[in-house]
Order: sequence, then C-alpha cells, then structure tokens
Amino acid sequence: MTQPRDGGEVGELKLLGLWSSPFVTRAKLALQIKGLSYEYVEEDLSNKSELLLSSNPVHKAVPVLIHDGKPVCESSVIVQYIDDAFAGTGASFLPADPYNRAVARFWAAFLEDKLVKSWGRVFSTKADEERAEAMRETIAAAGVLESGLKECSGGQGPFFGGDSVGYVDVLLGGMVSWIKAAEPLSGAKIIDAATTPLLAAWMGRICELDAAKAVLPDVDAVVEYARGVQARVAAAAAEN
Amino acid sequence: MAGEQQQPETELVLLDFWVSPFGQRCRIALAEKGLPYEYSEQDLLGAKSDLLLRSNPVHKKVPVLLHAGRPVCESLAILAYLDEAFPDAAGPALLPSAADPYARARARFWAAYSDRVYEAGTRLWKLKGGEARAKLQARAEIVEVLGNLDAELGEKEFFGGEVFGLVDVALVPFVPWLPSYERYGEFSVEETAPRLAAWARRCAERESVARSLHPPEKVDEFITLLKKVYGIE
Repeated sequence: MTQPRDGGEVGELKLLGLWSSPFVTRAKLALQIKGLSYEYVEEDLSNKSELLLSSNPVHKAVPVLIHDGKPVCESSVIVQYIDDAFAGTGASFLPADPYNRAVARFWAAFLEDKLVKSWGRVFSTKADEERAEAMRETIAAAGVLESGLKECSGGQGPFFGGDSVGYVDVLLGGMVSWIKAAEPLSGAKIIDAATTPLLAAWMGRICELDAAKAVLPDVDAVVEYARGVQARVAAAAAEN
Repeated sequence: MAGEQQQPETELVLLDFWVSPFGQRCRIALAEKGLPYEYSEQDLLGAKSDLLLRSNPVHKKVPVLLHAGRPVCESLAILAYLDEAFPDAAGPALLPSAADPYARARARFWAAYSDRVYEAGTRLWKLKGGEARAKLQARAEIVEVLGNLDAELGEKEFFGGEVFGLVDVALVPFVPWLPSYERYGEFSVEETAPRLAAWARRCAERESVARSLHPPEKVDEFITLLKKVYGIE
C-alpha cells in the first residue's frame, strides 16, 4: 500500500466505477496523481451491486469513493474530497488564494453546466438535427473554456492550475479519451489546435503525465462503446 | 448591512435580481456573516447593465459578487468565497471545518443537489396544459427530490446540524417557490417531506432569511408574469 508523503494513515479506499465513464476517470486521475492505492470495483450498471445502491441511494450512479466505509458521491465532490482528505500529499488541486479558488470553481461549474451537458445530449438525443445542435453547443463551450484556461493559468503554465495539475485539469482530464473520441464519432473536433490552441496544448501535456497514461481508457474502446450507446438509443427511438 | 459605509479596498457589491433564489443565497450568507455590502438591483427583463456584462461576460447572469472590483460568479462559489475570504466574519463558517473532509463532502453534495428542487419545479410551471406525461414526470421528480432532502435532514435542526450551514443557505431560497410548485404539481410538501416543512418554518424565524426572502404570493405573481412572457398557457 502506497503511503502518502507525510507518512500518515491513508485508510481503506475503494472506488466503484465503470471503465468507460469519464466521471469515474476523474476520480482515478485524482487518486493516481496523489499516489493513493485503492481497490477498484467495476460495476455492471444493468445489474447494480448492493454496495453501489446502498452507497449512492440518491443517484445510484458511479463513481462512488468509499473511504473507510464512508461513501463520497459525485465526481467533482470526490476530487475535492481527495484534495481535502489527503492535503499533505503532493500539491493541492485547488489554489490557496480564495479568489483563485473561486475562479477555478467558476470554470468547473462552466465545464459541467455547459460543455458536459451539451455533450451528453449528443449521445442521448434521437433526432439528427438536435444532435448536431448539441454538438455545435459543445464546440462553442470549448471555445469559451479556452478563455477560461487563459484566465486560470495566468500565463504560468499549460494547466488550469498553472504549472501544476489543478482542480479543473482533473475534471477535464478525466474526459480526454471522450474528447479524442469526438472526431471519429461525429466528424467534429471539440478541442482543435486551430480554434482552441491552448486547450490543444493542454491536452498534449495532460497525456504526457504518468498518472494520465495509467488511467485514461483507450480511445478506440471508448469509440466502440459510444457507438453501442448510440445504436441502443436509435433502436429505442425506432420502437416508439 | 446593505448600504453601510464601506472601505473601497474591501468593498462588496452584489449584482442581483429581487426574486432570484441564487442571489438570495448570497444575501443570506452576507447577512449571517455581518458583512456590509451594496445591493445593486439588475434589470434582467430589460437591457442588462454594462457592469453586469463586464462582470459576468460568460453567462451575463446574477448573482455576481464584486469584491474590491473583482467579480465572483456562481452562487455556490460565492458562498465558499465568503467563508474563505472572510474567515473572521461573524458566525460559524458555512462549510464544515477542513478537519472534517467527509462532512465537507456531504455538504457540497447536498448543496449541489438542492438545485434539483428549482430545476424540477421550473419544469412543472413551464409545461403547457396538454403535456400530461411530462407533468407526471416532473411531479415525480420533485416529490423524490424533496423526499431525499427530508431524509437527509432527518431529526436535525438544520442540514448543518446545529449550524445553519451551506446546505441550509443553498436550499432555503427555494422555500417561497414551493407553494407554487405544489399547486402546479398537485402535491403537498407537508405530506411528502414533513421534516423539511418544519425546517422551512424554523429557517423563516432567522433574521437573515426573513429579510432576504419574498412572500410566496410575490413569487407566484412572478411565475405568472414569466409564463406570459414565454407564452405558456
């Protein structure tokens, strides 16, 4: 069991997840960056375990991080929890200054409310025109996020956290395989060196991290998984 | 507290809209912390002010807290900011202490979840007369959300235990909207979430809440106005 650098007790960590979920990958990335050992449990979402249902009765979703038997749910809450509970271990994801923390939280909220939400509609919407509109909104959101990266990094480095991996880097980092899958799936790039150069450079640097190499799912596998989801949505629509 | 003389280098200004529950979260937190600030009513139904557009160019929405001219946007980020930037302010912190990361995680989870009351409630009143199935879904959702909140509150005085904390501040502004949601959704908060109903009555006794929230009748008038604006029967 890896010990955190301050030599303190880590306790027992268990992560309930799904290999393809970008939200689960966020949690894995945070744990990996902090050098924390954990037991990973792959869930079958069509047959949810008792542990998952009792640990996350409200959403019945992954990821769930269970630390010494206590469950933490929602990927952004999990990443902040890892930062708080293992504060002595490596650099903090959130900066120290209250204003900079507020800026990071703003962009984390933007990522969820705009980019992730539109993107989710690309996979859940049955109508072609609605799907295309959702994709346009996702790409537009990436354009705005580019300015967020500029604001957060303050010219100090390639990451939202400047020269170190921060909160927004982990939240967006967990999604990288899906970002790369966008082009094979839809023909359009969400992050593009021509239109979002800072984000393109960001993505290159994230992928160089040992932690990212260890946890990011294979892009081809994600493409195949996504095609499966889209086929099921289309089949359900055809039945109605 | 609103309108008290302030030092320019620490000046707080809140860009807000009278009925916004997200703005009310901030007003309540500022009052609980005894922090003086200038309240600036924004005209959201007309042309948005230059100050608002400059301060929140991404969303052009309220609330925005300006601290010595620097904007903080997103109501929950503003609440965390008030805790962190003003550690010596009155009252306990909204968030549990850093010594209890698990309690913090729970507070963040439930504060974010409280938004679901507004989301589901909004779907209810935005539905047109003929959308029976969508109405049943929205009703089922809000009933489930209120039930989950009721269970989380349990027998505690507040979601923060003895402390009127982050989740309490995040959720209480939606209370005046509940009678409208009850009518549109044909359900009862007293039946669905009796402990939550009692909590709402307790919160109403706090000065910060009483002074920041509007009566349900005013909120209902506003919903009726919005329905006209959106052309909903």
